[in-house]
Amino acid sequence: MHAFANPARFLRIARPLTPWLFWGGLALLVAGALCGLLLTPADYLQGESVRILYIHVPAAWLGMGGWTGIAVAALVQMVWRHPLAGVAGRAIAVPGALFTAICLVTGSIWGRPTWGTWWEWDGRMTSMLVLLFLYFGYIALARASAADGRGIGDNGGVSRVTAIFALVGAINLPIINRSVVWWNSLHQGPSITVRGSTIDMAILWPLGLTVLGFSLWFGAIVLMRMRAILAENKIEARLARMAREGLSEGMGESGGEGAREGRVA
Amino acid sequence: MNHWPYIIAAYGLTALGTLGLSVASWRAMRKAEALADALRRER
Repeated sequence: MHAFANPARFLRIARPLTPWLFWGGLALLVAGALCGLLLTPADYLQGESVRILYIHVPAAWLGMGGWTGIAVAALVQMVWRHPLAGVAGRAIAVPGALFTAICLVTGSIWGRPTWGTWWEWDGRMTSMLVLLFLYFGYIALARASAADGRGIGDNGGVSRVTAIFALVGAINLPIINRSVVWWNSLHQGPSITVRGSTIDMAILWPLGLTVLGFSLWFGAIVLMRMRAILAENKIEARLARMAREGLSEGMGESGGEGAREGRVA
Repeated sequence: MNHWPYIIAAYGLTALGTLGLSVASWRAMRKAEALADALRRER
């Protein structure tokens, strides 16, 4: 992991990787969405609305996966002071929040024809909404700490408070995962687990394409945002150095004139 | 009940969100990297 601690080494890998992840992800998710819309049969109970599955499930997984990434980055930043961990956390936050919002919105749209309601304050939906608010809190804290230059190691990372917030917020992840088991819910129980799926393969197969596609696209967006943060750090460092050099040159000139004046006097 | 308006709305909003974030992230990256390169050349 520390082999990638050097931002220059990271950028050498990230620059060629970004377009591959972006275009590869986009191709897979478009293919998966088209297959899900045009090739799979309607569900015997839910009818055509089951097709929302192909965007709702990847969005839910990436919303939760994003916060997992932020929590791991916070831990790495606090324990090993990895210079890119805080930058990665900041870069994950916005796409993670977007996918959480997409999960909530598509779930609400899916709920109307299947449950007869847009929203229900049950465990799954409420805990997912809490995740979205956690993202908003993290984004605000990370921006404030970056603007104040209080990031750990002062490299565009996030402050210790922000990192602790990320770790504490991770408590919500198992709650989201187990909410449909612990509490009564309109939301269906776990249908895709490590032991397999209760969804018929005729409906399930395009989900693999959209999950992989959205994941690659998510990776590309995180790399783009990390590159932007690293470039902004460079700009700030160079501007500060130029200002210091300008100031010292100015002081040198005025000091020289003063010395000359002193000699004349 | 016709489900297709709901499906179209769900896919449309997802496309809008992902496209918007793609453009915003790409523009922010290009702008920052171009400025950083310009400052490096200036030195």
